[in-house]
Amino acid sequence: MITVKVKLFALACDLAGAETLSYVLPPGSPAGEILKLLSERNREFEKWKDHLRLAVNWEYVPNDYVLHEDDEVAVIPPLSGG
Amino acid sequence: MIKIVTEPIHPLEILASVQDPTAGAIDIFIGTTRNHSHGKSVLALEYEAYSPMALKMMYRIADEARAKYGITKISIVHRIGRLEVGEASVVIAVSSAHRREAFEACRFAIDALKTAVPIWKKEFFPDGESWVNDQIKQN
Repeated sequence: MITVKVKLFALACDLAGAETLSYVLPPGSPAGEILKLLSERNREFEKWKDHLRLAVNWEYVPNDYVLHEDDEVAVIPPLSGG
Repeated sequence: MIKIVTEPIHPLEILASVQDPTAGAIDIFIGTTRNHSHGKSVLALEYEAYSPMALKMMYRIADEARAKYGITKISIVHRIGRLEVGEASVVIAVSSAHRREAFEACRFAIDALKTAVPIWKKEFFPDGESWVNDQIKQN
């Protein structure tokens, strides 16, 4: 099994009720698995899933990106900087 | 100069950071906090960043602007934390030999920042608060 840290920001942080979570996953799990686990935590995530981007180790990744031990996954809701 | 700060931004300092004897133009963009949003009064704002990734993306945008427009210097500074209405939330300054490149690179940088840099704005209204999701409506 692998352990990944998940960081949640803005709307995603509000929905999860946490800034950081840790998940233990089978090796080979895709990053998108995190969104499924978050939907189990709060079903509101389901509504937003098309608008949440994922980043791993400070780079945007597609949902099928394969996670590795100690990866830092970030859940990125719609941006509004500037 | 690429920075995320929590204190007020002084645009003249950012401007000074791109001054260069080889430059014939400096363009500066200042993003300021509005007092209204979708017909509602905005009393104050709060910005949050995923700072390490945000800085990485800001450096990348600066590199892309240099490669694409051949500019002399570029600075991007974003403020986070609580801001009052009318304050500068982001300042981008670009110097280049000629004005066209400075204008274009400055516009490129702010547009790229809005689509790639993980920073979020929360608006505080008289009757509540909410994260800004304008990006969804534009799609």
